Amino acid sequence: MSERTPAQAAAPPQDERGRVERAAVSAGERSAESPLIRFLSNPAGRNLGLVIALAILVVIGIATAGDRFASVDNMLTILRLASIIGVVSIGMTFVITGGGIDLSVGAIAALASVWSTTLATQTMAEDTHWGLMVLTALAVGAGCGLVNGVLIAYGRIAPFIATLAMLAAARGLAEIIAEKKTQIVTVDEFVDVFGGDVLGVPVLVIIFALAAAGGWVLLNRTTFGRRTLAVGGNPEAARLAGIDVRRHTALLYILLGLACGVAAVMIVARTTTGSSTHGNLWELDAIAAVVIGGTLLSGGRGTIVGSVLGVLIFTTLTNVFTLNNLDTSTQAVAKGVIIIAAVLLQQRVSARQGAP
Amino acid sequence: MSLRTTSPLRRSVAGAGALLAAAALLVGCTSNDPEDSGDDGGSNSAENAGSSNDDTGDTVTIGFSGPEADHGWLAAINSAAEEEAAKYDDIDFKQAEGTNDASLQISQIETFINDKVDAIVLLPTDGAALTDVARKAMDAGIPVINVDREFSSPFAARSTILGDNYGMGVSAGTYACELIAENDIADPVIAEIAGIDALPLTQDRSQGFADALKSCDQEVDNRVAAEFTVESGEAQASNLLQAAPKIDIIWNHDDDQGVGVKAAFDNANRDEFAFIGGAGSCNAMQWIKDGEMEATVLYPPTQAADGIRLARLIAQDKGMSDLVQVEVPKRIVLNAPVVTEDNLEEYEPLCFES
Repeated sequence: MSERTPAQAAAPPQDERGRVERAAVSAGERSAESPLIRFLSNPAGRNLGLVIALAILVVIGIATAGDRFASVDNMLTILRLASIIGVVSIGMTFVITGGGIDLSVGAIAALASVWSTTLATQTMAEDTHWGLMVLTALAVGAGCGLVNGVLIAYGRIAPFIATLAMLAAARGLAEIIAEKKTQIVTVDEFVDVFGGDVLGVPVLVIIFALAAAGGWVLLNRTTFGRRTLAVGGNPEAARLAGIDVRRHTALLYILLGLACGVAAVMIVARTTTGSSTHGNLWELDAIAAVVIGGTLLSGGRGTIVGSVLGVLIFTTLTNVFTLNNLDTSTQAVAKGVIIIAAVLLQQRVSARQGAP
Repeated sequence: MSLRTTSPLRRSVAGAGALLAAAALLVGCTSNDPEDSGDDGGSNSAENAGSSNDDTGDTVTIGFSGPEADHGWLAAINSAAEEEAAKYDDIDFKQAEGTNDASLQISQIETFINDKVDAIVLLPTDGAALTDVARKAMDAGIPVINVDREFSSPFAARSTILGDNYGMGVSAGTYACELIAENDIADPVIAEIAGIDALPLTQDRSQGFADALKSCDQEVDNRVAAEFTVESGEAQASNLLQAAPKIDIIWNHDDDQGVGVKAAFDNANRDEFAFIGGAGSCNAMQWIKDGEMEATVLYPPTQAADGIRLARLIAQDKGMSDLVQVEVPKRIVLNAPVVTEDNLEEYEPLCFES
């Protein structure tokens, strides 16, 4: 007995494995739910639901605004509007999948936009390269993300509280640095590069596409992504499985901070200004997009495709409203209703799934 | 042994009743249209020289975009623009609903460009942020009329119409100097409650005020900045009163935030100072009549309506009839008179509801 190797001692005996497998098969048979619910709970199915919602919006758009909606120019307008919040939403997906939340994304983006457009930064960028402004924004974003991550992971402060504090502090710091004025970008190459297009597709949209692709690969095809799902699903189990949960959590917030830095570069390019008023209420838009996309607020399951579809749904809604000269206030009410409907549907689906 | 005391029938009747009550509440209590309120702030009863310019010409599509109307002045801007457009049957008016989100307002202008409108009237939430997209519109052949918050590039608009922000400050400062001289105030404490500091127009107003005070050897002792809203006005005014136990003259940039400012004054029971306002709301006019306010400096909310008129003229290739020059001017700066109880009657019809 004492000569059994650790491998032999750890592996369950043959008959035990057989019992477990048989139990699994019969459990699968028992959960023969309504095919629709089963399909919807499958990742492809969840996204199909979103695609259908988007298709309905497109149909409404065409029905009410005809060619004005269905033109390439309008599609590009929608995509340009979606790009910035889209990048933030992709970062937010990681944090929420990892079991956290971040309320400070808008403020971080504002701070990054301000820091990268100060007279000092712009003068240095004129002398060296416009990339300096981009680096500054990314560094500021990652730095704020680091502060968030350390406070939450190592300081054991609840994510809601820590990021709430960052929201206030970052916005305040942005106002101090900018002296509450709007800072105009004078480095022409910066505006030219980010404001232009490549083969007809705006650079902003390309950045969004790259972020989405990168995010998908990171979440679904790397160890980092696997660890994120583990940490979000059950932190204690993840820790016991050997994952450094605290370090990983901090990394997630740094990643989101980086995403905010990218978004800051994009908003500076789009408006050619850095301002402490940028990024207003971005956190709500990002969280809404991520939630209706199918990522669970409690963590453990995340979908980049879902977040992208969520962002597109809200942006298309905004566009349809604009084309029809409708109230932004009515639209805000509609947004609230959509979020509730999406979450209710998700709850029904996951309740059936998770039932023992 | 059922513990339920309500039958299903009773529950569904209660449910239906609750639904009906909610619907009645919704219908009855959300209506906000006052009974025929007569003239609605923006409409100017003193019509200027009607000319052949007002005759119906080619139909032009005008796109109008402004910021979110979170205070009365902006609401008056929007409604005045709408009414002005309605007066002309050759204007096809497209109004994008107001937003403070620069990115969203940019996409509204992009939509106008895609729609190939004949002219755009734009009151940007931030002049610098919207300059780029206005430039794109101009490059696409669509003339842009810039209202109130100026763009950061002269190429971004065909014509700019705004109030005289610097002049407003000068008017207020000059009036303050007159008050000091009249009442022989030794060592006056002068306070200023500004609007949104991030906007260049606020900086211009403060500069005008400071320069005018310098001419009578005075300077601003206390300054706070609110955000043109009632809530921020009240908060900042309270701070100001705490900071200065005795004040002689207060200039509040904007009468909309002035509602909150005045509330703060009343709550603290302070009235030892001369209260000067700005913009010219109906509330301010009433306060001047009642003696609770010294004066207010006008900043007309009809400038968007003027912008619509200019847009129509430009799109129809006309000029301004009262000028010799054939084309519409590049920059029109409106006057900033001081309204006191002496000339109140003249300006009262032009006031706007907060």
